[in-house]
Parts: sequence; structure tokens; C-alpha cells
Amino acid sequence: MTLMKHLAAATATLALSAGMVAADPALIFDLGGKFDKSFNEAAYEGAQRWATETGGTYKELEMQSEAQREQALRRLAEAGSNPIVMTGFAFGDTLAQVAPDFPDTKFAIIDMVVDQPNVKSVVFTEEQGSYLVGMMAAMASKTGTVGFVGGMDIPLIRKFACGYAQGVKAVNPDATVIANMTGTTPAAWNDPVKGGELAKAQKAQGADVIYAAAGGTGIGVLQAAADEGILSIGVDSNQNYLHPGKVLTSMLKRVDNAVYDAFKAGTALEAGISVMDLAAGGVGYAMDENNAALVSDAMKGQIDKAAKLIGNGTLRVHDYMSDESCPALSF
Amino acid sequence: MPKWADAVLVPLISLLIAFVISGLVILAIGEDPVAAMKLMVTGALGSTYGWGYTLYYATNFIFTGLAVSIAFQAGLFNIGGEGQASLGGLGVALACLYIPWPHWSLALAGALIAAGVFGAAWAAIPAYLQAKRGSHVVITTIMFNFIASALLVYLLVNVLRPAGSMDSASARFGEALQLPSLSDILALVGIPFNNRNPANISLIIGLFACFGVWVMMWRTRLGYQLRAFGKSEKASVYAGINPVRITMYAMLISGGLSGMMAVNTVMGEAQRLILNSVEGAGFIGIAVALMGRSHPFGVLLAALLFGFLYQGGAELALWTKIPRELIVVIQALVILFTGALDNMVRRPVEAVFIMARKGKA
Repeated sequence: MTLMKHLAAATATLALSAGMVAADPALIFDLGGKFDKSFNEAAYEGAQRWATETGGTYKELEMQSEAQREQALRRLAEAGSNPIVMTGFAFGDTLAQVAPDFPDTKFAIIDMVVDQPNVKSVVFTEEQGSYLVGMMAAMASKTGTVGFVGGMDIPLIRKFACGYAQGVKAVNPDATVIANMTGTTPAAWNDPVKGGELAKAQKAQGADVIYAAAGGTGIGVLQAAADEGILSIGVDSNQNYLHPGKVLTSMLKRVDNAVYDAFKAGTALEAGISVMDLAAGGVGYAMDENNAALVSDAMKGQIDKAAKLIGNGTLRVHDYMSDESCPALSF
Repeated sequence: MPKWADAVLVPLISLLIAFVISGLVILAIGEDPVAAMKLMVTGALGSTYGWGYTLYYATNFIFTGLAVSIAFQAGLFNIGGEGQASLGGLGVALACLYIPWPHWSLALAGALIAAGVFGAAWAAIPAYLQAKRGSHVVITTIMFNFIASALLVYLLVNVLRPAGSMDSASARFGEALQLPSLSDILALVGIPFNNRNPANISLIIGLFACFGVWVMMWRTRLGYQLRAFGKSEKASVYAGINPVRITMYAMLISGGLSGMMAVNTVMGEAQRLILNSVEGAGFIGIAVALMGRSHPFGVLLAALLFGFLYQGGAELALWTKIPRELIVVIQALVILFTGALDNMVRRPVEAVFIMARKGKA
């Protein structure tokens, strides 16, 4: 019995000391996986940038299933990680439950607003970035038909589609926008095969530029578009390099900056809502050597002009989530 | 071979082999197996927090393990625990969302009944097809798992999701329906227990279920008939046992127990119905039943072991660079050796005992 007691005491101190050491920030990736080349990977890049700049270390965790969200969140908070950053709207409900239990821990959630005194909510104006790449798609399209492949069918992704369609219609009011969603569950974030099928189906309907806003599923969309000899548009991270000369551009959503800023702020992270819009550099489009030949200066000039107008508020892009409707596209 | 060797020694040796091979795999990817093992043990058993999670997972496996073992005793292989538990979760959610319960205890009783009925109903169709049409229950229950998951996706996305929510999950249940946690219960008898874990009163229901199943299987006429039917269908028919009735009963009880698992996950932990709330417990139940030799006490022990593996695995994923896939590998190895490769260990052990007896004689 005394041996058992010793063991128990030893393990208890071990667990305690492990908790004391880990005052590092932590990052939780949502379903779809860390290396989805898109949304989660952007978060990873931001964390890595912080780590190389400061020499700090951080904890990271990938979700295995929906049911583990709460345990993962609690465990990291319990172990003393601070701040804890999580990617994805799906954490919203769980975080709203967990955050009050750990008043001294700071949390940051991306893509969702959670109203708690110790939570920073980071949301992006995806409709603005999508508007710009929509303009570019319409200019690059020869058939007058462009495609959109979304991941999970949620208002957030419809917001991407809606901004995109508005951009397309701004350049070519007669253009056709075909929008498809991969699925209705989180599995839709990581289904490149189905993404590829959707891209091929859209090409068969005449689309020659396809915008993928689907996390890991987008890899399949980009691949299929490259195989079919049409153009694609990446999302979240700069995905131009995946198929050089075949990816028109990427709608950048600076999740990396959001994670980097949160890590940098550390325990002094300020709660509240932070809107990362075009003016703040939260969204944009990617230009590099891989797509330089695809985008002419005239195209770029027109898009930059629109970006400026959006930035100073003259041009308003409709946000699907404000009223759950879209003037340029019906779902 | 003496009984204790069959019940204890063989599973232990199987477990040991599984751990050794897991250790080699961990070594092969350049991590320290001893440290990993230590982490699993401290993470799952080193604190009351860890124990809470271990017991929480074990509760799931008790229910699904009992479910599989009852069907197994009757010669039926119910692989549909996953689907039956999903439907059970639906029953719990409907009972908690749409009935205004005055007190959690009534809600618990209501949710248990709803979960049991939904789970049993989901098992009833394969059972009927097996009993009347001879469609093999293994095939039909597995197919019903897929139907259940598709049904849950449809309902969660289109029906139960609250307006304006993006998450495919139902609304939260009322605050009043929060089940008492294990720490609340232990506090009554003065034992301090971490209160930030999901272990709840369902564990006690699970223990009662173990006892109830034991009574039913070994102390009632129905249990006798079930076991006789499982041993030899022809002999039992000759003895006047109705095969259709026994098949239906076995599967209904099995499905009902699988469904009741959902009280633990849906009502005890999440307090709302989410996708994938079963987390593979239906399949782990098969391993638990095999390892527990289809005896309620064995199921209890095996459920604790798998609870430890689940919680230890979660800790491992959290604190080491060991990728999450490898934790599944470790769990799979344990299942492989204790379930599928049982004879590989049993034969040599048997041979040793026979030799020992010959030596004495």
C-alpha cells in the first residue's frame, strides 16, 4: 500500500510539474488536418513564424473527431497553456462553455465570435477578398462561365461564394457562376476526391476558372483543374505554387497573421472582436512568380482600383452572413 | 487448462505482446517507448482528472461490451453497436430537447428508456431479417451503421440544428438536465475527485447493467435459453426453444444496451447531440466483449483497459510528437492480439499446461 502511495504521489508531482512548465501558447487545428495546404496550414505557418522569431515553443493539437473538442480545450487550459488559439467556427459552442471555467487563460478563436471576457474573436471579411478574385476570374474566363467549390455548406462558405459571384458580375454582368458544396458535415473539409469530381463536373458545364474555398478538399479541385487544362483559384494560404501557371491566384486570408498576433500578445491578449478586413491586410489576393504570366497589368490595375474603393468604403461588398441572402448568386 | 488461466493469463499475455510490438513501433519512429508508456499511465491513471476520463470512456465500453457479449452468447455477432448507439443518442437528444423534465433524475430515467428503445429498434430490423429471412446479422448490422450515420447527418444538419448555427449539432439541453458528475457523487461519501472531467452517474448505471446482465444470463430462464441457443441451435430447438424469439430478444437487449451508452456521451458529457458522438465505442465493444470472454465481469475489466488506452492515447497525442495515427495503431494491436489472434496465445499456453500436468502424472 505504501508503494502505491509513493507511486501516486510521484505521478501527482510529475503531472503538476508538467503543468507548471507548459506556460506556452497552444494552437488547436480543426478537422481537416494541420497540413491541408489551406486554412489550418496558414495557422501553422503563423505559429511557426512566431516560434522562429522568438525562439519560443508552443503546443499544437489536431482534432481526431468532433467529440474531442471539449477535452482537448480543457486539457490544454488545465495544463497552463496560455493563450490558446483555435481555428474554425466549430469550436465556438465548446469554447463558450469552457472559457468561463478558466478565467485566467486567454483564448483566441478564428472565424467565430464568442462573447466572453477572456476570448478574442478574429473574423475576416472573406467577401471582400473573394470579390477581388471573382473579378480576376471573370477577366481570365473565356467562356463567361466560372465555378465555385465550397467545403461544408455553412453560411461562412456561402459568404465566400457570394463575394466571389459579386466580383464576377461586376466585371461581366452576363457571366454564369456555378456554385457547388462538397458536403454538409466537417468531413467536407477533407475530401479532395469529391472536390476533383465537382471541378470536373463544372468544367463539363463550361466553367474555365474554378475557385475552391474548401480547406483540404481544395487540393483535389486545384489538381482536377490543372489536369483539365483550366484555371483555378486557391484559398486561405497562397496556393499558387501547387500547380505553377495553372492557379490563377489565391484568395489570401491571413489566418497566419491572426495566430502570430495572438501568440505575440501572449498572456496580454486583448479580448473582443477583431475584424481583419481588406484595409487591415486581413484578406487579399496572391501574386508571385507562379501566376505572374496569368495576370496582366491591366487586370491587376482594375482589381487594385476596386480594392482601394473597398478599402475606403466607397464600394460595399454584400456580406452573406448579414442577412443570409446573396444578390448575385442563389444557392 | 484451469479457468483462471483462460480468463486472466491468456488476455494478459496477449496484452503484453501487443504492448511490446507497440513499443517497437514507437521506437521505429524515433520516440522513447518507455517515456510514452509512462505518459499514458500518468495521463490516464496518475490523477483523479485522468481517472475521470478513463472511467468516462470505460462507461461507454461497458455498455457496448455488454451489448456485444449478450448477442455473442446467443451466437449472434452484433457489429452494429456503433449505429445503435448513434440512434440511442438521437433518442436521448429528443427526450431531453422536447420533454420539459422537472428534475434531472426523471430526465435520466426518460433518456435511458428513449436511448434503449431507439437502440433496440435499430437492432430490431437486422434481428428480424436474421430470424425470419436468414440474412446474416453481421452484414445487416454493419450496413445499418452506415444508414444510422447518414440519418444522423441528415437530422443534425437539417432538423435539429438551431437556426443561425453553423455547427452541425443540436441545441444544448437545459441546465437542469445536467447529470451529477462522479465528483459530486464521491463528494457525498467524502472522497475528493477532480470535477473537470465528464465521468458521471452513468458509470454507476453501467455497473448496475453489468450486474443485471449477469443475473439475466446466469440466473433466469431467458439467459439459459440464450446461452443454449448460442451453444447449439439444433439442440435448443429440440429442447423447445423458439429460435425466432431468442434471436429477437438477444438482439433487442443488445441494441438497447448499445443505445444506453448514449446517455453517458450525449447527456453526461456534451449536453447536446453532435456528429460522431459514439467515437468508435460500438466497435471497441466487440474487442471488449472478446477480451472479457463475454462475461459481465470480464467486460468490466476490459472496458477499464480500453478506457485507459483511450485516455492514455489522447494524452500521448497531446504531449508528444507521436502522430495521432499511431495511437490508433496501438489500440488496433491490442484488439488484434486479444481478439483476432487469441488462439496464437491460447494454444501454446494450453500446451504448457498439458505438459505440466503430464510431468506431474
